[in-house]
Amino acid sequence: MIRVVDLHKSFGHNKVLQGVSLRLKHGETLVIIGQSGCGKSVLLKHIIGLLKPDKGSVLVDGVDITKLKADELHKITKRFGMLFQGSALFDSMTVGQNVSFGLERYTDFSQKDIKELVKESLAKVGLIGIENLMPFELSGGMKKRVGLARAIAYKPDIILYDEPSTGIDPIRADAINDLVIRMKQELKVATIIITHDMVSAYKVADRIGMLYGGQIIEMGSPEQIKNSENQVVQQFIHGRSQGPIKNW
Amino acid sequence: MLGLLTWSFNLLNPKMFPIAKSPVFYFNSFLQQVGEVGLLTFQTFKNLFRKPWEKRIFIQQLEEIGVRSLPVVSLTAAFGGLVFGLQTYLGFHRYIGPGSETYGGPIISLGLSKELIPILVGLMVSGRVGSAMAAEIGTMKITEQIDALFSLGADPTRYLVVPRTLASLIMLPCLTIYGDIIGMAAGFFYNVYLMGVNRVLYIRNTLIYMELWDIMSGLIKSAVFGIIIALIGCWQGLKTEGGAEGVGRATTRTVVIASILILIVNFFLSKALPANL
Repeated sequence: MIRVVDLHKSFGHNKVLQGVSLRLKHGETLVIIGQSGCGKSVLLKHIIGLLKPDKGSVLVDGVDITKLKADELHKITKRFGMLFQGSALFDSMTVGQNVSFGLERYTDFSQKDIKELVKESLAKVGLIGIENLMPFELSGGMKKRVGLARAIAYKPDIILYDEPSTGIDPIRADAINDLVIRMKQELKVATIIITHDMVSAYKVADRIGMLYGGQIIEMGSPEQIKNSENQVVQQFIHGRSQGPIKNW
Repeated sequence: MLGLLTWSFNLLNPKMFPIAKSPVFYFNSFLQQVGEVGLLTFQTFKNLFRKPWEKRIFIQQLEEIGVRSLPVVSLTAAFGGLVFGLQTYLGFHRYIGPGSETYGGPIISLGLSKELIPILVGLMVSGRVGSAMAAEIGTMKITEQIDALFSLGADPTRYLVVPRTLASLIMLPCLTIYGDIIGMAAGFFYNVYLMGVNRVLYIRNTLIYMELWDIMSGLIKSAVFGIIIALIGCWQGLKTEGGAEGVGRATTRTVVIASILILIVNFFLSKALPANL
């Protein structure tokens, strides 16, 4: 479904991605783990076409999206829903307007149908009757859920999550994990999750890949990652300050 | 020009001052910034009449740029007109002699409509609206809202820049016409009601010597200033980096760059636009 091939990206002299390659299958949940600032979000932004790589390609069902112009790219991004790290709700719009935003652009539904779909999407993430609230009136967990409702409203078949459990308490983080699993089961979507929260990673992942030094250094099932012999992976998943990773 | 302005601004920034950079760096930076603004201008005009039109944002911006600027434009135009009326009265009274003050009418109307009001409106709107555009778009940038726009099928230039530029292009001339009326009325009030200049002659001279083109040239200028304000505000907003400090820097830069550009462009437009002598 998605293939990332030899992706390179630098910002000035900072080489963030140095040959990342990975593959995502239909209905699969892939979790990318790695230190803060290692380029996980940059990788995600390449997958949805927000950034252009210096070298390499991102293939979505065989189409290289790095070569597409904005208008053509939006035909592909229609298949993606993305939950941003800070939710990225439009703060000048109500919750309802936020959730309907993608529906208005990606579909030809009438306003009445859009209203129904907004309600339905919000209900899927456990929020009812908050369409007229403004984002500043919501808690961190509610913002994440509204962000997710916005991402799934137009029924994409790939959902990207950028650190869904960051900035919220462990109970809400687990509720978000349950939502991720439910979305996968109900909507049969392929999922990529960027996180450094290992509890979440083990719970939701079919496969886990670790990004380090601009490359995927390990990829496998949660069990394989737990039993990895790679010392970098072991240091990261156990959260130890001592080990081969020095630049923290 | 933009690079030079940004460079001048950097000199005023204590954090930037100790970093000595070569002239080549500033030249490259200048070219890069001209390129950025040029590309944004091209994309904006390319998308100006392409669907989907963001009507909701466009109407919001008409209100924000036009209606909400009325109080500040009223005050500046009124006091601009009063002080211009005062100096014109003094000039005629002192150098030409009593009775000649009635010729102040066309001078005041010409000066206000061709130069003073377009510039005052431009500077006021760049301070009030240009900075707000940079702050709003800059905040959207650092909170990933612009990335979210893209992921939800909206082109950020079409969604954010085009409605602002179009609204600014329309509202600046409207504000200028409004400012012309207020300013001319203030000049009339000072001369006729405070200094006792003959009302009929003042109006007659104004109507004889004032031409429609004088007002039109002021409107053309203000339309250009509108484009400058919106594009600089949006450009600075879209390139905001570094959190709240970055947003503050973007707003300040917008006001400085847009204000100086308005003054420079005004001179060249005054030279370029034909004057009836």
